[in-house]
Amino acid sequence: MRVLVIEDDRETAQFLVKALKESGHGADTTADGESGLEMASEGGYDVLIIDRMLPKRDGLSIVETLRGNGDRTPVLILSALGSVDDRVKGLRSGGDDYLTKPYAFSELLARVEALGRRLEPETQVTRYVVGDLSLDRLSHKVTRGGATVPLQAREFRLLEYLMRHAGQVVTRTMLLEHVWDYHFDPQTNVIDVHISRLRSKIDKGFPKPLLHTVRGAGYVVRDGDA
Amino acid sequence: MPRSLLGQIRSLLASVAFRIALTALALMTPVAVLVSIGLGSEVNRVLAAQTFDVLRGELQVFRGELDRGGMGALAASVSARSVSSDQGIYLLTTPSNGPVPLAGNIERLPAGLTASGNIFKFWRTAEQRFVSAAGLLVPLPDGGMLLVARRIDDQQAFAKNLQLTAFAVVALLTMLSLALGWFFSRHANRRVADITTTARSIMSGDFTRRVPTDASGDEFDELAIGLNAMLAKIEELVDALREVSDNIAHDLKTPLTRLRNRAEAALREDRADAHREGLEKVIEESDGLIQTFNALLLIARLEAGAVDATRTRCDITALVRDVAELYQPFGDDAGLQIVFASDPTPTFFLVNRQLVGQAVANMLDNAIKYSTGINDASSGSITVKVVAVSDKAVEIAVADRGPGIPAADRERVTKRFVRLEQSRSRPGTGLGLSLVSAVARLHDGALRLEDNSPGLRVVLLLAQPSCSAASPISVPGGAGRVGQTASIAR
Repeated sequence: MRVLVIEDDRETAQFLVKALKESGHGADTTADGESGLEMASEGGYDVLIIDRMLPKRDGLSIVETLRGNGDRTPVLILSALGSVDDRVKGLRSGGDDYLTKPYAFSELLARVEALGRRLEPETQVTRYVVGDLSLDRLSHKVTRGGATVPLQAREFRLLEYLMRHAGQVVTRTMLLEHVWDYHFDPQTNVIDVHISRLRSKIDKGFPKPLLHTVRGAGYVVRDGDA
Repeated sequence: MPRSLLGQIRSLLASVAFRIALTALALMTPVAVLVSIGLGSEVNRVLAAQTFDVLRGELQVFRGELDRGGMGALAASVSARSVSSDQGIYLLTTPSNGPVPLAGNIERLPAGLTASGNIFKFWRTAEQRFVSAAGLLVPLPDGGMLLVARRIDDQQAFAKNLQLTAFAVVALLTMLSLALGWFFSRHANRRVADITTTARSIMSGDFTRRVPTDASGDEFDELAIGLNAMLAKIEELVDALREVSDNIAHDLKTPLTRLRNRAEAALREDRADAHREGLEKVIEESDGLIQTFNALLLIARLEAGAVDATRTRCDITALVRDVAELYQPFGDDAGLQIVFASDPTPTFFLVNRQLVGQAVANMLDNAIKYSTGINDASSGSITVKVVAVSDKAVEIAVADRGPGIPAADRERVTKRFVRLEQSRSRPGTGLGLSLVSAVARLHDGALRLEDNSPGLRVVLLLAQPSCSAASPISVPGGAGRVGQTASIAR
């Protein structure tokens, strides 16, 4: 995956490029808004990481210009402004995701990978299958090895999100945002308890676990070893 | 000391009260003087008119004498009057006698008299002085003249006295006004000086100083009471600020020190996995710090009203039930049952969903944290309730069966970083309830802590904004269901 990092702080930019490369992605960086817009417009990137406050042209204006030109490249906006309203403003300008500084790299990576994988429109998929686990979005039925797994509504949505991103690391914050629509910090790791409940329902009694914990990052549903 | 006297006069002239007195004086004195002068001349005029009336009556009598008995009778009558009358002045001349008067009590006719009446002065030899009189000079048929006059010295003296009295009164009032002006300006200056002195000592850092009050209820007293109330509020805010910064210093320095110690400890180790372990702990520690910072910033922004708190029409019952559901497994693990005790009727209100969600999460988090590990059969449940107290206000209550909070500490614990001694050992930032309290204020509501005997009931009251011009704006694009939120323009 090729990523463009538009970030004026040299150290942050270099850290991101190095870490992205270590994670197996190609990454370029530029420090100001004008050249950032130029490089992004030339295309060839799968994901753009754009800092909100940049010299010459601010981050939101880059996103607006790209969207105005019909460029749909997924954009992750980075910002020190963390309130709900700032997030709404960021997403309204055309950004696809919003991450507040300071962030964990694992969080950023998970989000970039989620953005970079061009997903089929959600509405056209009716079934997710990972190994012998299958989730039917129309009948709200989940089966593992042919046997029905009874799930509560929220557990169903949790598994649905994880399976939609099968093979990708999903962070606790991403789950809170997408499954619960909460953009706040619940202080305690409440998500872990929900995951362990879900795990006990879908993985218990099966030799091969499908729901894995990625240490320091989040969770992944994957057919194979973590 | 002429300089200090000059200084006193200068400060007197600068005083507002004295200037008002001076201005009033400058306007009133000329009027009073004019009135006094007018009074004197008016009294003179009225008295003279009366005198002339009397004189005309007398003249009438003399005419009668002349008609009846001729000049002889007139002369006899004039002579008799000249002797008997105290104030009257008479003179009768006839051409046959030349300049020698026929009868009367003055030697010769004063000049310039007419028949229509005049005020005149003449030399009175008997008294050796000029005397004022009002008189009528009437020509007689034989060519002689008859003067009928009356001394008006007393009248004039009366009018003059009256005028002088008026002047004296004006002068007295002027002096009295000046004295009053001086007195009031001194009083005002003293009260203002009290305030200035207080202001100076407060500026130099003594926030306990107050403007003296005298219970007189006057304007200065009211001003002093108002200023003192303001000063009390300022002192309270400064104290709060000091407390917060002390707490920040303490509660952020402690984890920072821990962070540094961990990094140092890891450096001292030789094993690579010890380094790794140390770094992981450092990350964990900084995450805690970031969490504290975020909470602090959010509270500060909420309290400053800097958050453009987008309110959306939101089913509070569902919102609270969702958060309770989020915490339910967590509570189960801690051996606590979270009971949602309201019926599921939707309760729609305009609130900021994220902030209220955060507040309810904090309330539940606290309830779970502080009732975990109490081995008592009744401590095993947390009750969550949503009650619409009116169509303008809704209450969210989270009640636990934990140790509760003593009544004396209930107000204190909603302040930033305040953690009771018995809870210091448990994890937490000490910001949870402060945030709930800030969210309550942002929603025109309040946070109440009540006794659940045993346990604590935390009640978050949310009220509707007075103007609710809701205009939904849909948000396009990606993450989450942000796109479903509607916002009201403020």
